[in-house]
Amino acid sequence: MSKKQKKEISENGVYHKKLIKRRKPNRSIWGDFFLYMFLMLMALIMAFPMIYAINSALKPLDELFMFPPKILAKHPTLDNFSDLFVTMGKSWVTFSRYLFNTVFITVVGTAGHLIVASMGAFVLSKYEFPGNQTFFKIVTVSMMFTGYVTAIPNYLIINALGWVDTYWAIIIPAFASPMGLFLMKQFMEGLPMSLIEAAKIDGANEWKVFMGIVMPNVKPAWMTLIIFSVQGLWNNRAATFIYSEERKTLVFALQQIQGGGIARTGQGAAVLIVVIIVPIITFILSESQVLETMASSGLKD
Amino acid sequence: MKEYFRKYFMLKKHNFKVGVKKAKRAKMCYLFLAPYAILFITFFVLPVITSIFFSFTYYNILEKPRFIGIQNYLSLILEDDVFLTGIKNTLLIAIVTGPLGYIMSFLFAWLINELPRWIRTIAVVVFYAPSIAGNLYVIFSVFFRGDAYGYANALLMDLGIINAPILWFINPTYMLPICMVVILWMSLGTGFLSFVAGLQGVDRAQFEAGYMDGVKNRWQELWYITLPNMKPMLLFGAVMSITQAFGVCDVTMALCGYPSTDYAARTIVTHLYDYGFSRFEMGYASAIAVVLFLMMILCNKAIQSMLRRVGT
Repeated sequence: MSKKQKKEISENGVYHKKLIKRRKPNRSIWGDFFLYMFLMLMALIMAFPMIYAINSALKPLDELFMFPPKILAKHPTLDNFSDLFVTMGKSWVTFSRYLFNTVFITVVGTAGHLIVASMGAFVLSKYEFPGNQTFFKIVTVSMMFTGYVTAIPNYLIINALGWVDTYWAIIIPAFASPMGLFLMKQFMEGLPMSLIEAAKIDGANEWKVFMGIVMPNVKPAWMTLIIFSVQGLWNNRAATFIYSEERKTLVFALQQIQGGGIARTGQGAAVLIVVIIVPIITFILSESQVLETMASSGLKD
Repeated sequence: MKEYFRKYFMLKKHNFKVGVKKAKRAKMCYLFLAPYAILFITFFVLPVITSIFFSFTYYNILEKPRFIGIQNYLSLILEDDVFLTGIKNTLLIAIVTGPLGYIMSFLFAWLINELPRWIRTIAVVVFYAPSIAGNLYVIFSVFFRGDAYGYANALLMDLGIINAPILWFINPTYMLPICMVVILWMSLGTGFLSFVAGLQGVDRAQFEAGYMDGVKNRWQELWYITLPNMKPMLLFGAVMSITQAFGVCDVTMALCGYPSTDYAARTIVTHLYDYGFSRFEMGYASAIAVVLFLMMILCNKAIQSMLRRVGT
């Protein structure tokens, strides 16, 4: 029953919300009970490392080494985070520089990926031309190959282009991530062709159609591309391509602190949180749009 | 016969001309696709081709590549026992975590499907978060620390199951199982999201029709209605699972060390790294990459043909 219908009925004073929703005919109470208990248990197990990490980042030093160890912090403080900034402040390259490097790579890489992949996806989904099926098939296959497999030839290619030790070595390959094109294309398939044809009759050219009609209509897919791209780039250590300390990424610098031994335990825990917070927040903010896009993610044979 | 060939080639030529004409008319399309296509070919297709090429050569970056035929492949299979450990471990990890992670993704997506919206959102975040959490998995090295202060050891010793701490990441018996647990913890990734979204999109009318036709319990509903509707997502999820299951190396390298004791946690990708970035034998490393490609593609084909039978 849609919201509107419900509203109409309640205005007439006839509709009363039922206390217990009518159950589907083929569900047993006990089945529900056990499945949801199982689900709760699994959710706890899945969340446990995360909860533990957050708590150890909030623990003061004496609690970190307490025995027997406690999972929850008794006197949570943000000391570890401020210590972290002190340590980073003393480094040869400043903290803000590392942050700038990562933010620059993430923002430029994501923006470029969004534009380049959407342009490709637009014609692949909406126009027939020789080679479009083949091209899309190759993209689908290439989704299977993790970055590690092509790491060596990729290095040789970047080297030949003279991009070693520059930001471009990370940014430009990120433009062409197959996952983004794939999701964008599948989502654009759902746009009615009549929308585009109407615009064309009104005299818009392809570029205008793309910028004015198609792009505003696929906003959920934007968010999805952004979240996948941000995840990839924010966590990118870039250790293979970037050697100069002043161009290293934040994650790389932070992970060096983790390697600092026992004395840096608290800061190490804080590092973990700082690193994961950006991808997770972006995901939480865009969850509903991401799911809307993923609904069209299926592969047809 | 000659006549036949002449006609055949004329037809081909005609088809080609038509193709070119069509392509000319679609000039706009190619212009739109060009930026992506160029970058994609440079950074995703070309590496695969160069990998195949280098796998037949001896190449150490300093000297020019020297063609040596299939020598690399022969050494890989016949002489390199560490590589065989790597294959064994990769297959073991893939066979355990691939299907299990895939089933977990689907099961959880299916279970949270009927929850109210806000609980579902929380559940999606909780389940999906580990896979985007960067290197949060190093936290497991605290749980499984090798001394009596590690949580797993302390717990087992308190319960009286063991009387000396187990060196989880140094003893080859425990390395792989723990890595598998960690990988499973991270396995609810993109495929999971696809399943959650796909389940929301299944037509409600089909369930109603199912009740009429005598679907008795949720399991029948799952097999006869939900799964057949989910086939495209299942295929997509399978691709994602394969990628993850065969590409394992971060977790084993971070937890068990690199190299690990007795190479017990070596995977194909770790081996590739060893030869590519530590020993600079690019030809040999490329051969390893090609073997991995082949394994992934074969596995994908097998799974696709298996999934075609779902719900029938």
